[in-house]
Amino acid sequence: MFTYSFLQHYWWFIISLLGGLLAFLLFVQGGQSMIFSLSKDEDERRLLVNILGRKWEYTFTTLVTFGGAFFASFPLFYSTSFGGAYWVWMAILFCFIIQAVSYEFQSKPGNMYGKTTYRVFLFINGFLGTILIGAAIATFFTGSEFTVNKANITEQLNPVISQWANEWHGLEALLCVRNWLLGLAVFFLSRTLASLFFVNRLNNENLEKRSRKAVLVNAIPFLVFFLSFVIWTLLSEGFAVKPETGEVYMEKYKYFFNLIEMPVVLILFLVGVVGVLWGIIGTLLKESFKKGIWFAGTGTVLTVTSLLLLAGYNNTSYYPSTADLQSSLTIFNSSSSEFTLNAMTIVSVMIPFVLAYIFHAWRSMEKKRTDIADINSDDHAY
Amino acid sequence: MDLLDVSLVNWSRAQFTLTAMYHWIFVPLTLGLGIVQAIMETIYYRTGDEEWKKATKFWMTLFGVNFAIGVATGIILEFQFGTNWSNYSWFVGDIFGAPLAIEGILAFFMEATFISIMFFGWNKVSKKFHLVSTWLTILGATISAFWILVANAWMQHPVGMEFNPDTVRNEMVDFWAIISPFAINKFFHTVWSSWIVGALFVLGVSSWFLIKKRDVGFAKKSIKVAAAFGLVASLLTAVTGDGSAYNVSQEQPMKLAAMEGLYKGQNGAELVVFGILNSEKKAYNDNVDPYVFKIGIPKALSLLGYRDINAFVPGINDIIDGGYQTKNGVALSFAEKKEKGTIARQALSDYKKAKTANDTIAAAEHNAKIKANFDNFGYAYLDSPEKSIPNIALTFYSFHFMVMLGMFFILIFGVFTFISFNSKYDPEKYNWLLWVALLSIPLGYVASQLGWIVAEVGRQPWAIQGLLPVNAAVSAISTQSVQITFFLFLTLFSALLVAEIGIMLKQIKNGPNHE
Repeated sequence: MFTYSFLQHYWWFIISLLGGLLAFLLFVQGGQSMIFSLSKDEDERRLLVNILGRKWEYTFTTLVTFGGAFFASFPLFYSTSFGGAYWVWMAILFCFIIQAVSYEFQSKPGNMYGKTTYRVFLFINGFLGTILIGAAIATFFTGSEFTVNKANITEQLNPVISQWANEWHGLEALLCVRNWLLGLAVFFLSRTLASLFFVNRLNNENLEKRSRKAVLVNAIPFLVFFLSFVIWTLLSEGFAVKPETGEVYMEKYKYFFNLIEMPVVLILFLVGVVGVLWGIIGTLLKESFKKGIWFAGTGTVLTVTSLLLLAGYNNTSYYPSTADLQSSLTIFNSSSSEFTLNAMTIVSVMIPFVLAYIFHAWRSMEKKRTDIADINSDDHAY
Repeated sequence: MDLLDVSLVNWSRAQFTLTAMYHWIFVPLTLGLGIVQAIMETIYYRTGDEEWKKATKFWMTLFGVNFAIGVATGIILEFQFGTNWSNYSWFVGDIFGAPLAIEGILAFFMEATFISIMFFGWNKVSKKFHLVSTWLTILGATISAFWILVANAWMQHPVGMEFNPDTVRNEMVDFWAIISPFAINKFFHTVWSSWIVGALFVLGVSSWFLIKKRDVGFAKKSIKVAAAFGLVASLLTAVTGDGSAYNVSQEQPMKLAAMEGLYKGQNGAELVVFGILNSEKKAYNDNVDPYVFKIGIPKALSLLGYRDINAFVPGINDIIDGGYQTKNGVALSFAEKKEKGTIARQALSDYKKAKTANDTIAAAEHNAKIKANFDNFGYAYLDSPEKSIPNIALTFYSFHFMVMLGMFFILIFGVFTFISFNSKYDPEKYNWLLWVALLSIPLGYVASQLGWIVAEVGRQPWAIQGLLPVNAAVSAISTQSVQITFFLFLTLFSALLVAEIGIMLKQIKNGPNHE
């Protein structure tokens, strides 16, 4: 039906898009990291928790689907990164495990550990979860230490194909400044988006005022960290692939060239950045402007999607190995078979339907802005 | 290259067992209670009776608490295939990953979207839209179960794929073959048995209200729904249980032998109804009688396993020694399978070398050898016949207790259906029966867990039946790392379970009239 190469590119686009959507939906995590700092009393805290609590499952589900889609389309990444960078992924998973119960449990009598404990869980998820996910994604540009040797499977006593080349199993990524830059950028972006979300959803003058201020406070470090990461990455060496042989080599300004050589991705990136800035600046300049989240959210999806496309398209290794360059993963050497990608492509036709019912459901539940009276009158409120 | 530590495999298995068993505490209740609350809301929608709305909302609150911890314990399972079973993830990821992705796209978003309307939409959307959302929430959960059970069934009965020596993995060649009769039966057996857990939960909790003589009207309504629903579920579970055992006998004879403690095969084999295994039996070939005591039904195992009362059912010794007739010809012995597996593995090694040397003729010869012997590829990693035998006692007792509990569930649901739908009787008057129902709540969970023990312990040592044993599927990480995460999961999940039980008890104590 489609060429193998087209399918590999298509599925990298789906993964990138899911990554973009996840980055946007991390506003829930950003909001969780602000539950204590933005509110002045219990009513305000409860209001924040509840409007985030109507959305947390979308972020969680997108993360799980991101993982499932990665497994189905690029299984060698799944086996290499998850099995190798064990501690980073485990830390991320623990952050999300504690989130999943915290909304439902926190206000229920008999929850054993008290409301504050569950809110601290939400804070941890918002703080660590975002930084770790950002740092993990940064390794797509900075590299990791692993080897892949498929012939290992014929060994009796150690048949493991993908092996990590150090004992830190992913924690070494925290020694790389560039990984931190993206980690912190994602953290402050999530808080910026959360502030914009609060401005859009809350019917509470005080909280709205503080949220507008929080947009500025978080947008500045976000822009500093994000631009530092992007500029550093565009100016540094990248992991290029020779299309004829699949050989991986270092190329100066690789990601910058990718941007220039893929004008559609460049436009996506620029439109995304403008969208984010529009959402932020519009909210800061005009008090009646409450739709910043939609501009910044759409901008985030476009920007992150295009960044991930930069990592995987145009003969680039999206998961490079600094321990053995030729073990680096590309969309060609790590993908599922043509048959499986074809089958999955047919399933992906369902995605617009899924997005349509999510949109419909979201609209039917969000007809007006929420205040504390709405929460108090809801017998399932958190 | 470092050698993999045997304890790494055991700890990785222990961690998967721990997380899967914890997750499975919550999933069956979600699947069962989800249907019960949807039935109740449907009655409310049709009758407009506010009492049914109140009942729906009460069970929905418990559903929500249970659902949240189910989500929390579930996320690790998907990612654990990568973190702890990385070789597995590559070797069969081309087939196994697809159901997980489809589960995410088709099921998880449906659940996540409509559960929000189900909980928060009572006053925001129409009654009809709310009812549809409640049904779509449980439909999403059931679709999720479908795809993960398709994936699990494929591990037990790998079909629809071919091994590619260039990529060193199995690749999908027939998508529909993966949704095999084995998978379909597994899905229905698992989901219907989960309905039992939900029905028992509602029946037991409602009985508690009657024992306490409070919220009587609500409790009787709930008992009616739970009893009828539970009776249907337990009968359907029995039918699909037979289907499961048939599939196992056809595709996993070693598991069937373990379930029955059958060492020496026979024509017209009996089905052990109750038995005590002989702890003196230390080896499969030591000629010690495997039973201290047993009661069996003559020829029943042959009938159930092969639909023929005189069919030969191979025992553990037969499977290891081979030589008996199967539907595919004469069975190979363990030694023959190991030899073939070793040939396939060596041929793969030689194939890779030939490809590197651009020797296409030699590569084609080695590839032919791989193809001819690949069905037994996994046996190359097993040192001795004993390694191909699962834990007999655990499989045997789990299977028999599960079946006994299944029979008991039919009885208890039958009795409650009779009493609650017959105006001559009043469940309130049978206090002892109410206590039986209350005390039966944990038994539903026990039976469900036992079912998974039979399925998963019984198929050891295989991660993929015949193709990849667990010791070749594991990730190359240190044992200490897995030990640390094992105890972290144990601590965290136990703490969350305690909280969940605390909340559940409090909510039940508050009852349906608490605002």
